Amino acid sequence: MYDVVVIGGGVVGLSIAWRTAERGLAVAVVDPGPGSGASHAAAGMLAPISEVAYTEEPSLRLGRESLALWPAFAADLSAAAAVDLDLRADGTLAVAYDSDDLAVLTDLAAFEESLGIAVERLTGRECRRLEPMLAPVVRGGLLARDDLWVNPRRVVRALLTALARAGVAMVPGRASGLVDGGVRLTRGEVVPARQTVVATGAWTAELGLGLPIRPVKGQIMRLRGPAGLLTRCVRGLVRGTSVYLVPRADGEITVGATQEELGFDTRVTAGGMWELLRDARELVPGITELEIVEFQAGLRPGTPDNLPVIGRIRPDVVAATGHHRGGILLAPLTADGVVAMLTGEQPSQILKECDPGRFDGGNH
Amino acid sequence: MAEFTTDADDLVLAGEKFTSRLIMGTGGAPSLDVLDQALVASGTQLTTVAMRRVDPAAQGSVLDVLKRRGIRVLPNTAGCFTAGEAVLTARLAREALGTDWVKLEVIADERTLLPDPVETLEAAELLVADGFTVLPYIGDDPILARRLELAGCAAVMPLGSPIGSGLGIRNPHNIELIVEYANVPVILDAGVGTASDAAQAMELGCAAVLLASAVTRAGNPALMASAMRHAVLAGREAHKAGRIPRRRYAEASSPLKA
Repeated sequence: MYDVVVIGGGVVGLSIAWRTAERGLAVAVVDPGPGSGASHAAAGMLAPISEVAYTEEPSLRLGRESLALWPAFAADLSAAAAVDLDLRADGTLAVAYDSDDLAVLTDLAAFEESLGIAVERLTGRECRRLEPMLAPVVRGGLLARDDLWVNPRRVVRALLTALARAGVAMVPGRASGLVDGGVRLTRGEVVPARQTVVATGAWTAELGLGLPIRPVKGQIMRLRGPAGLLTRCVRGLVRGTSVYLVPRADGEITVGATQEELGFDTRVTAGGMWELLRDARELVPGITELEIVEFQAGLRPGTPDNLPVIGRIRPDVVAATGHHRGGILLAPLTADGVVAMLTGEQPSQILKECDPGRFDGGNH
Repeated sequence: MAEFTTDADDLVLAGEKFTSRLIMGTGGAPSLDVLDQALVASGTQLTTVAMRRVDPAAQGSVLDVLKRRGIRVLPNTAGCFTAGEAVLTARLAREALGTDWVKLEVIADERTLLPDPVETLEAAELLVADGFTVLPYIGDDPILARRLELAGCAAVMPLGSPIGSGLGIRNPHNIELIVEYANVPVILDAGVGTASDAAQAMELGCAAVLLASAVTRAGNPALMASAMRHAVLAGREAHKAGRIPRRRYAEASSPLKA
């Protein structure tokens, strides 16, 4: 009998398992392939400021709260697993490709200021002084110095190491549903649990819990070249659509991402890759010299209001899913909150926004 | 004296009645909930969805929102560059959604997203022959509008200005000419930036307005949707009421002698 069984071994589920095990509880994680879902595709931007959008103030509040937890979370995890997470604090530069894009970015800056965020506006020339590989056409940008980014695959690797060291059981298998006193696997076996955490991301619907979570497809590509081509995380608006380039210490650059409502489709398409390359090349012409390392499509767990679902859904079950585009960013906040819920402590007030009960009105 | 009335002014499209003359698109909304609220605030009864961007079989998509709200789906062929692609997309939509209505959109150019008139006409002819109810998106060309009507389209949908530009109606004269010539409903499609643009379209005699970005990308989408609903109603009433002639000089509103 485990104290806690976590269904779902993405960054969210593994973070919860790790923080729970640190409290001395007996923990197991059920997943057919830990870290192989959205966490494997994610770019790892911890960028609530650069991603702010109209009507998305609650996401911003959650993101900022979790961003503040990240440095300590990363330090703890690095120490526990002896893995460098490639956590970077050089800031995110959001740039505009043409004057229409600059107008959108300028509106966004005013919106950010209305929310009390200090905005740093840069001219095109100032953007290029920070990032000389940017195309000369770039009209201007906004620098978010506090936004971070991390390599999500290293986070997964570190979490798996930390879990092994903490004695957490990894149960390879797919959960088919919740039963009294445990989790049933598709092969029939029941993993006994006093409490269960549902961290199944885009696959949450398979458990039949009535949570309105849908897969939102994202195509992404990884390129590799000399380290230092970009020194910051670069987001761009290119003729109205957005693209980002996330550099790693080893010279890899992650370029993303599409947002598609196509169910459980994970096919990489010519159009998806073409649009990413087209827009990324407009911003950083030099990327055409890089090696293509990987094309990939992942599934984000989307909710109707883009906010995650974190909270108790049954007396012995806590949900921690539906993180959409923010799973990596929100992992520390989610883990702390869920540990509090599991141990009878008071979770952060801000998690009220993520209450699973908000969908009970019948509208979903 | 004319009777004051605001009722029984249905939009009739291919024999189907709609009490709302505002047709919505879904692209650009930050979340499904925000889209849902905007659709409700708009009062729309007909909403267009890009069939290349949504899987009808997937749970929890925008199509579920429309179903829940009782809003009719108008599939569109956005993203197609040839008549062949558009016909294929329309057929897949018919299969998946069980509707033979299609908003035909064949784009010529990535930068402006202007429609390709030649491909659009060809696709319209093929789709009409295949039993579709075709609502084509076109430039503001009165002659093309007439040719599409002759080809059997159920409506024509000229742009006010390029998709997503919010530039309003750049050639009101052409829209007026299209309305004057047409025997099918004229739906102003694309370019609406704010409520006055939608009202202007209706004042010019359009039967309906189709818009998306003006609402979905607004700071407060639901509030802008409500504004659009009122604008369409106001423009429609103004059109029916008949505006006064424009004069060079003032005319006393309460003159000594009538």
